[in-house]
Amino acid sequence: MNRIDQRFAELKERGEKALIPFLTVGDPDLDTTVDIILRLEEAGADVIELGVPYSDPLADGPVIQRSSQRALTHQVTILDCIRTASACRKRGSQLPFILFTYYNPVLQLGLDHFFETIAEHDISGLIIPDLPIEESGPVRERAQAYQIHLIPLVAPTSRERIQQITSQAAGFLYCVSSLGVTGTRSEFYDGLQAFVDSVKQATDLPVAIGFGISNREQALQMASISDGVVVGSAIVRQIEEAMPLLSQAATREEGLLQIRDFVRQLKA
Amino acid sequence: MPDQYGRFGRFGGRYVPETLMNALLELEEAYHKNAKDPSFQEEVNYLLKQYSGRPTPLYYAERLTEHLGGAKIYLKREDLNHTGAHKINNTIGQAVLAKRMGKKKVIAETGAGQHGVATATIAALLGLECKVFMGEEDTKRQQLNVFRMKLLGAEVVPVTSGTRTLKDAGNETLRYWVANVEDTFYILGSVVGPHPYPMIVRDFQRVIGDEARKQILEEEGRLPDLAIACVGGGSNAMGLFYPFVGDESVRLMGVEAAGRGVDTDEHAATITKGTEGVFQGSLSYLLQDQYGQVQPAHSISAGLDYPGIGPEHAYLSDSGRAEYVPVTDAEALEALQLLSRKEGIIPALESAHAIAQTIKVAPTMPKDSIIVVSLSGRGDKDVESIMSYLGGDGL
Repeated sequence: MNRIDQRFAELKERGEKALIPFLTVGDPDLDTTVDIILRLEEAGADVIELGVPYSDPLADGPVIQRSSQRALTHQVTILDCIRTASACRKRGSQLPFILFTYYNPVLQLGLDHFFETIAEHDISGLIIPDLPIEESGPVRERAQAYQIHLIPLVAPTSRERIQQITSQAAGFLYCVSSLGVTGTRSEFYDGLQAFVDSVKQATDLPVAIGFGISNREQALQMASISDGVVVGSAIVRQIEEAMPLLSQAATREEGLLQIRDFVRQLKA
Repeated sequence: MPDQYGRFGRFGGRYVPETLMNALLELEEAYHKNAKDPSFQEEVNYLLKQYSGRPTPLYYAERLTEHLGGAKIYLKREDLNHTGAHKINNTIGQAVLAKRMGKKKVIAETGAGQHGVATATIAALLGLECKVFMGEEDTKRQQLNVFRMKLLGAEVVPVTSGTRTLKDAGNETLRYWVANVEDTFYILGSVVGPHPYPMIVRDFQRVIGDEARKQILEEEGRLPDLAIACVGGGSNAMGLFYPFVGDESVRLMGVEAAGRGVDTDEHAATITKGTEGVFQGSLSYLLQDQYGQVQPAHSISAGLDYPGIGPEHAYLSDSGRAEYVPVTDAEALEALQLLSRKEGIIPALESAHAIAQTIKVAPTMPKDSIIVVSLSGRGDKDVESIMSYLGGDGL
């Protein structure tokens, strides 16, 4: 059974909602990313999104753009990001991993090589924000063959496309909370509840909400109308702020705990 | 071409966030509906004629022809358009479409500022609110165009992400569009981006080739042997080439910016040196590293300083219908000076690349052969930077 399905099934049994943190792999460096992920697991994370840094992140706001730039200055590649999953596994992590990547790095590895590699490193899901259903055929075919979930984004503007998207979805549906790129915001889409309900009606899969969720209040609110919340920029910002602590051996643990505690209070 | 998925062969497509998909589908539908509507064509044609001054002349460059001693050289004078370049052909078409779709706000990306100025201009005329995204580096290099856009009532947004040039201006415009897609029309400036843009921009720019074809038949009674145009994203080249694609006897030649040379890291020769990849919404050739990170481009000409190229050019190149050749900064600068002195026409640095290629090939061709060159823009915007490249008394 795919680890993502298993996790959502366990959560459902316990009446809990999924907390799905995103981080940019390699920011500030690959070893620290692994340390942070292990702390996020302690904090109650249910699934981790491993963000592959990209030079032209169209769907991302300034916080994730900055973290991508930092990771790219020390040449973090998509292969490094994939290997991070098994690096965490070796240190005992039980978390399901989702690789969050733009399409071009996948294409450059070659689809077959890419899928062999992510399967080998125990990655359970895939989010490609610039791959709408019309373009996703070749990826979806291979994902199914490897039993890796290609998790689609659904937007408030998707309307009549919702049915088509849900019919091809696997793992869960990722509802975009508002129009716009990733990053903190104070307001969500006006008709968010109705939008999420319409997605729920169209699928039996779990439905998570992401984009712009940055504090406990918002996380609880979103969890109350869905099966899980994705928190990205707010965590990446925590990592950014903890960087002076993380960079010194004497204060590294303090930095890691600071990030852990931030994520712990997001869990519904 | 393209097919229903926006494919030119295997190139093109729509690689964008889901949030934009319905907007692109609506745009495609509105475009097809309006393209069939005679009143739409009438409105666009009226503006092209009375506002921009079309048709532009196809000028026989006799002194340049004699100097080079080969093929007869005709210049398609897109530089004589209102705002000084071919860019306005497309902004007129898209802005009229925006108005008919009931959109009151338009956005655009710009590199050197030509597309930004052309967008701000038509937005002023049609009473549309206009925001132009421009890399911070470019706002410094092209201060005059920034001021021009402001004078026309547009807001110029300096982009500070990534390399702070055209590619990042494009990213930022797409990001803004994602957040404001419900009331904003994106006037994209070249034959790049997600479907239907490469098709729409080509269709609005084909007036260049349609006119040139008619004019050369009137003037010479036959088709040219060669059509030459510079290629950044590739809108003026696509506009010139498209009406000739079916004429097998007409060679099509796109000129890419080779910057400091295609064997250095500083060039923008996407087809010559790039590989296949997805960038800003479509699959085409791209300057990138082995892991798919987009590499910064370089050219003396801000309009060609772009790591991607339109998907239909990738298709024309792969199918062998068009060839793409590199021209360096130095060659373009030399060509610019030669055209200025022989013909009294100062070309834009972009167009100077097409002239440089003409200088290379014309002497190798018989005297009764004909070349049509797209002189896509005038050099006024570049005079200051040309002065600094050539040195104060470099002449």
